[in-house]
Amino acid sequence: MTEKKIRVLVAKPGLDGHDRGAKVVARALRDAGMEVIYTGLRQTPEMIAEAALHEDVDVVGLSILSGAHMALAPRILELLKSNGQADVKVFIGGIIPDEDMPRLKEIGITGIYGPGASTEDIVKDIREAFK
Amino acid sequence: MSLTQSVLEGNRLSLSRLLTQVENNSPEGRAALIELFPHTGRAHLIGVTGAPGTGKSSLVNQLTLYYRKQQNKRVAIIAVDPSSPFTGGAVLGDRVRMRDLSGDEGVFIRSMASRGSVGGLAQTTASFTQVFDSAGYDIIIIETVGAGQSEVDIARLAHTTIVVEAPGLGDEIQAIKAGILEIADVLVINKADRPGVENTERALRTTLELAHPTKRVFRHHGQVMSIDAPEANAKIWIPPINKTVATDGKGIAELAESIAKHVAHIRHSGDWALRDRARLGSEMEAVLQGALMSQFMSEVPKDKYKEIMEKVIQRSISPYEAVKILLNGNSK
Repeated sequence: MTEKKIRVLVAKPGLDGHDRGAKVVARALRDAGMEVIYTGLRQTPEMIAEAALHEDVDVVGLSILSGAHMALAPRILELLKSNGQADVKVFIGGIIPDEDMPRLKEIGITGIYGPGASTEDIVKDIREAFK
Repeated sequence: MSLTQSVLEGNRLSLSRLLTQVENNSPEGRAALIELFPHTGRAHLIGVTGAPGTGKSSLVNQLTLYYRKQQNKRVAIIAVDPSSPFTGGAVLGDRVRMRDLSGDEGVFIRSMASRGSVGGLAQTTASFTQVFDSAGYDIIIIETVGAGQSEVDIARLAHTTIVVEAPGLGDEIQAIKAGILEIADVLVINKADRPGVENTERALRTTLELAHPTKRVFRHHGQVMSIDAPEANAKIWIPPINKTVATDGKGIAELAESIAKHVAHIRHSGDWALRDRARLGSEMEAVLQGALMSQFMSEVPKDKYKEIMEKVIQRSISPYEAVKILLNGNSK
């Protein structure tokens, strides 16, 4: 029982009101043996950064369907950094237009997953990030 | 500056990282626990347990709000949820009900997976309370996994154990079984706005009266009869029943009052010190067990261990014989 578990915060920032996808991902990560902290709907970037700090997570997974990703993602990265958690890997799932992807990668988002992405890929990428 | 120093000075990132070290039972984590121990023993440990869905997390949320607003106490919350026995993974969802607490630096919420432990807590939950205690949190609330009937480890850890019930979950027979009700210092019927609350209250009250007789007057075959209570004894604590609606905060002030009375009672009766003794004693035993096991495993030749275990699996010797052989050091 002393093996290091990967801890993941699954959070849903912004105002869109359904978290089916986030729950599916949370479940898949659990089945892959990770410890998933699930925080529910309508989280502000401040709430997400605070939860990441309390929980000492390795990964933050954001589910964003509202189109507000270009505002939310940089803010969350900035808060993580100012809390001393620049090493936390941030993944985004949701509706992200192709043209926004390079910019998100550039500011430090580790992985981006659209509709139809397989949960196996997400699990694989997270594991890869901690090799 | 060392991690422990920085925890003592209130750095929240250091606190969080140390909790991870402790949870993973790393050498750094163990060393820090040794350094922090002299700074422990001040916090009030409150356990919250009860069946899944009774509203434990919502109640913890409201109770914490109360302690922050009314008493300005610093509160740490340890929320334990179960790990999957198959994959070792876990979904820890207690924070969902605690969103009112975000943005308050006087509150620290840490989720914990039970990691194979079956008593309603994780193996390192007690160590977590020591870390928070030394970091200066006045109140540490430990929320157990949704507990059934025998997940009673919390009573050994907490000063005050709150058992949360909700209407419609069980009848009187559930209430008189041994286990979770016996450990209650304070009983809460949450969701008290739901139908059936009177029945739940009656069942709980009957159970309590069986355990702690009070003077009762009743009619039996038309005759008024009474049973006297045993002489009042200041040392006996009778768990109060509190009704709450955790979603809107109803009954929370009264619950906090019951908890305060319980603390005063156990401090006065000497029970606080007894509980501390019992807790530290069982903690030392648990650490000793772990240490003996790992010492033994490092001394026994791996091949021999495997060989003997194989014999057990083949059913040629029993596990008891196997242990005898291993401890005597002579394999046949």
